[in-house]
Amino acid sequence: MIPVCPTTALPPGEAIRVEGDEPIAVFNVDGEFYAIDDTCTHQDASLADGWLDGCAVECPLHASCFDLRTGKVSGPPAKTPVRTHRVVVADGVVHVQPGVAAEGAA
Amino acid sequence: MSTTIAVVGASLAGLSAARALRDQSYDGRIVVIGDEVHAPYDRPPLSKEFLAGTASRQDIALGAPDDEDLQLEWRLGTTAVGLDSLGRSVRLADGSAVRADGVVLATGARARRLPGGDGLDGVHVLRSLDDAIALREDLAVAERLVVIGAGFIGAEVAATARTLGLDVTVVETQPVPLAGPLGADLGAVCAQLHADHGTRLLVGTGVAGLVGTGRVEAVELTDGTRLPADVVVVGIGAAPNTEWLTHSGVALGNGVLTDARGATTVPGVVAVGDCAATWSVAAGRHVRTEHWTNALEQPATATAALLGAGGPAPTPVPYFWSDQYGARIQFAGSRREGDVVRLVEGSFADRSFLVAYERDGHPVAVLGMNQPRLFTRWRRQLRSAVPTAS
Ligand code: FES
Repeated sequence: MIPVCPTTALPPGEAIRVEGDEPIAVFNVDGEFYAIDDTCTHQDASLADGWLDGCAVECPLHASCFDLRTGKVSGPPAKTPVRTHRVVVADGVVHVQPGVAAEGAA
Repeated sequence: MSTTIAVVGASLAGLSAARALRDQSYDGRIVVIGDEVHAPYDRPPLSKEFLAGTASRQDIALGAPDDEDLQLEWRLGTTAVGLDSLGRSVRLADGSAVRADGVVLATGARARRLPGGDGLDGVHVLRSLDDAIALREDLAVAERLVVIGAGFIGAEVAATARTLGLDVTVVETQPVPLAGPLGADLGAVCAQLHADHGTRLLVGTGVAGLVGTGRVEAVELTDGTRLPADVVVVGIGAAPNTEWLTHSGVALGNGVLTDARGATTVPGVVAVGDCAATWSVAAGRHVRTEHWTNALEQPATATAALLGAGGPAPTPVPYFWSDQYGARIQFAGSRREGDVVRLVEGSFADRSFLVAYERDGHPVAVLGMNQPRLFTRWRRQLRSAVPTAS
């Protein structure tokens, strides 16, 4: 598990990028945390820089939409889903488990 | 009897129109006619990742796995040569015709060429996949590239060629590159990227002609300077592909003239994408937009109009982007001469900034360099600030 930040550092509607070989974007949607691959599957943009709209994030470059719960594409031009990652909050700190799909995700 | 809709043009606008028709529950035949032999592909990477060799043809394919479900009849490698508006059929170069109850015109635009520049090897334009393949092959064995035109395509090609290790010179007739889309001040700021990365930029200089026999050897400028060149790329804009409609009865201007929803002057015929000059409520005139986002989003409105659905005309906020030398430039909104530019974030010197263009104290456009997150917020705000046409 990778510690990301204190929950207080990631208020609702915000996103943070966890750097790494395969960076991960963590979002706070009304108090629920979601983590997906940060790099858009269309071309090269960081989804943490995107626009949060309910449980979807819109890519900042060409507006592909991804469902944060499943990683699925909910709007073109992207064709391939992003991976989801499990988020665990412990002692007020947000953690991600890279490579472990979020529960309920396909 | 089932109906037929012919979509003329198989690039982003045409494919988006076909997808929109199915989304809108149209279940008749859809025939997609394209003059290129290739299945639909994305053009923006042609001057960037594809040219650099980091994206493959598969990477830039526009088709999606579930496109099978669209049940499209493809007529690729076939040029439309005429539209018979009365009988509603599209005549093709091979002598055949496609009869249709509705027609979507999405024939796009083509790169302008340098007058008298044809016939020399090593001289390129960049619009199609074949153009990009040919240019890539030429760049691989070249040392000196001259780019004519410092617009976005020219700048992107120059940037890509630098990463490939070429010696690059960009020639621009205007005193400041990109002054049209960005305004002179910000055009100058963005043009500094060339110098940052070792590209020579010559402004306020016309091209007198190309020098060479068989193969280009140099570009001669109006002041007499000769720039030696192994490869020349001409990036001086695009012209709409509408000549084939000259006798069709469809009204033409700088593109196919349409109302705000995409309907042409001929019933049952709509036009979308780069070939369409769409009525803009905001501007009070027909505007032809060559932006990717427009080709993606506009067709749904036009196909709804074609299928007889009502609804207000959308008031889109224009958006385009450019990637050069690793810098990401994004612009949204409608700028006019006289708008006041305000630096919102960052600094020009750092090549990371966001500026707002303001009119009467309100933001009307926004430009970001390497500020995708903030830019997206501003672009959203512009979208929600745009009044809907009544
Ligand atoms: S990079 Fe995300 S939509 Fe294109």
